Amino acid sequence: MSLEEFRAETRAWLEANCPDSMRTPISGEGDICWGGRDWKFKSEDQRLWLERMVSKGWTVPAWPTEYGGGGLSKDEAFVLKEEMKRIGARSPLDSFGIWMLGPALLKFGTHEQKLEHLPPIARGEIRWCQGYSEPGAGSDLASLRTKGVLDGDHYTVNGQKVWTSYADKSDWIFALVRTEPDAPKHEGISFLLIDMAQDGVSTKPIKLISGKSPFCETFFDDAKALVKNRVGDAGQGWTIAKYLLSHERASIVSEGAFGGLNPITAAKASGEMDEDGKLADPILRGEVAKLTIDGLAFEATMRRVKEEADHGEGVGARASALKYLGTELNKRRHELNMSALGSDGLLWEGDAESDGDPARNWLRARANSIEGGTSEIQLNIVAKRVLELPGG
Amino acid sequence: MTFILNDEEQMLRDSAKSFLKQTSPVSALRKLRDDKDPVGYSASVWSSMAEMGWCGVLVEEDHGGVDLGYTAAGLLLQEMGRTLCASPFLPTAVLSASALRLAGSDAQKSAWLPKIASGEAVIAFAVDEKARHNPERIDTKAIKDGNGFRLSGEKRFVSCAMGADAFIVAARTEDGRINLFLVDADAAGVERTARRTLDSHVPADIRFDDVKLDGDALLNGAEDSETAYRHVLDAGRACLAAESLGVAEEAFDLTVDYIKEREQFGQPIGSFQGLQHRAAHLYSEMELARTLVMKALRALDETPSQAPLWCAAAKAKATEVSRLAGSEGIQMYGGVGMTDEYDIGLYYKRAQAAGEFLGDDSWGAGQVARLSGY
Ligand SMILES: Cc1cc2nc3c(=O)[nH]c(=O)nc-3n(C[C@H](O)[C@H](O)[C@H](O)COP(=O)(O)OP(=O)(O)OC[C@H]3O[C@@H](n4cnc5c(N)ncnc54)[C@H](O)[C@@H]3O)c2cc1C
Repeated sequence: MSLEEFRAETRAWLEANCPDSMRTPISGEGDICWGGRDWKFKSEDQRLWLERMVSKGWTVPAWPTEYGGGGLSKDEAFVLKEEMKRIGARSPLDSFGIWMLGPALLKFGTHEQKLEHLPPIARGEIRWCQGYSEPGAGSDLASLRTKGVLDGDHYTVNGQKVWTSYADKSDWIFALVRTEPDAPKHEGISFLLIDMAQDGVSTKPIKLISGKSPFCETFFDDAKALVKNRVGDAGQGWTIAKYLLSHERASIVSEGAFGGLNPITAAKASGEMDEDGKLADPILRGEVAKLTIDGLAFEATMRRVKEEADHGEGVGARASALKYLGTELNKRRHELNMSALGSDGLLWEGDAESDGDPARNWLRARANSIEGGTSEIQLNIVAKRVLELPGG
Repeated sequence: MTFILNDEEQMLRDSAKSFLKQTSPVSALRKLRDDKDPVGYSASVWSSMAEMGWCGVLVEEDHGGVDLGYTAAGLLLQEMGRTLCASPFLPTAVLSASALRLAGSDAQKSAWLPKIASGEAVIAFAVDEKARHNPERIDTKAIKDGNGFRLSGEKRFVSCAMGADAFIVAARTEDGRINLFLVDADAAGVERTARRTLDSHVPADIRFDDVKLDGDALLNGAEDSETAYRHVLDAGRACLAAESLGVAEEAFDLTVDYIKEREQFGQPIGSFQGLQHRAAHLYSEMELARTLVMKALRALDETPSQAPLWCAAAKAKATEVSRLAGSEGIQMYGGVGMTDEYDIGLYYKRAQAAGEFLGDDSWGAGQVARLSGY
């Protein structure tokens, strides 16, 4: 099938199958479909949309069909994305399984591991969370201390993780665990997949400035992780973690770039446009225009870097520059949203479920330049790996 | 569109790089400056550019050009930015060639385009009349007079005008519209005054005092001359943005090299995180400028209806980033960055001048807001 035929077919299928209510912009994290054993759909349409997309494998369009994907080529997957964007279709399913664990398993997992873990991710049946950070290991992640001791067919895991997003709603956790205590810092870590439905794993939510509690502390007390659920060799965890981080960065960034409230829609909503359709405050208009320029530049840069990577120049450490740019840009967007909304933006709660979203999203965006490696860490990486500046 | 250069484009860029390095390094600009060169560019470098086909980069083959398009023109200017090469390339080979091509009659094209392509004619492009760029603020008047016109008004800081054989002048006709006129530099009533600018270029103020023009001075080959005029300016902006990008890239490379070598506290200053973060931030911003410049050039070649937005965005971002590269460069060099002996200051100065010409970052942002409908 030619790409144009694929486009026509895809367009027709989406037209026929994407429910109307799934073609409206999401107003906040509440509208996202995360899946998982305990998932409660927000609406019948949300359920139907997921079910239909799962049947095509299009929750993960580029994964192989045998692992629940759509088996699409890069170009086809791009066309699908474009066609979804064209009608404003929501993503049917978002999850750490899709963004992070999936790509890592596809690259480092065995066939058995892929067969066991990928299809449930694709179908939205199992929800994953990421257990990297610890109280003493944030930016300096490789200093982590959660310990795993080999005991026959499993590891016994003890320790604490922190900032584990959605741990209280997740079914499984992919965790970095020190299994080789005598090896050098970066070489003693293993990448373990741990079922959270066991007594040895418990979570405790942390409340954020946005008023929400998507984060947890996660505790392992003699938790069991089967050896067959170790991805890669013992001690190879750091390599996998780094690979996965690059996907995490890409997803944080693309989340920042597209969709959502922008200062112009915000100013329209708050009645801050002139009769002639200009943003009333000229200074704010100027700042928004500079944001528009950087936004256009950023989106096009993502495409450029992707194209260059496909031509064999590789993305490498430039991904850090993109993560830095994209997250700082997203923070700016939210700041300008708040300016444009004026006092409307100060609303924290009200009758509608979406009341307070702009403020909470603004606060949530502050984390973009912390999660997945802080802006300072990204700049360190650019300085050392791209510019090859000296020093430790 | 693709962001990847094709083989032809890559070859052009590589040959431009080596030619400019040899023939027009930064020391050539210093010499023009120190000799107080009356026109501000080297005629011999200009004729070499013509021999290589650069001057006809936007001229159709029928008129002696090579017709490679705006992406190619931009690549050349980007390399000129890297060595701070001063030449009439932008006013003549980009702005005037585009204006003639879009708005010239067949006779005007046959008369002038071959001369542009061969390097025989330098044509300056005269737009602005006030300190800040504004292509709609045109008070120069062309009043109908028999078959011809009488031209009166003043233009400021017109690039390469001291060495020009002719000018293309934006003037308002009696119907209130902006039209373009070809004016001989030696015509009676034309008076030029050289202005020496901080980047060691020599633009000129031009006074037109009731200058008598023939009817065929009007570029009236286009159905809508104002649209042609705006398109030419967009093309100029994208190409100038490419020069600014080249300025930024070279300033950045010089700076990164310097901080790897200079030592303080017993170590290279590039090992200090304060400087590393400045450099990495600048690198990231340059990625954005690089994308927009390419996007604008390709839009001119492939999807002209999208060009206004991308050209304004590219001009704004390249202006901002080249100025940042210069100022951050000076900061990272420390005291020597303030000396005339080091080149970094020359890059900063060119960034400022190229940034102002055809609209700086504030101007570009205003256009982007307007074109985006807010
Ligand atoms: C919304 C959100 C979601 C997250 N989700 C998860 C998750 O699901 N799973 C998970 O494992 N983790 C998660 N994290 C944790 C995240 O990865 C860490 O917060 C992050 O790596 C920073 O570590 P830290 O908080 O300990 O800060 P620290 O490392 O203590 O940093 C504090 C400050 O010091 C700076 N700093 C540190 N080292 C350097 C240096 N070498 N040079 C310059 N400056 C430096 C930092 O930039 C920062 O400004 C999440 C965080 C957030 C905010």
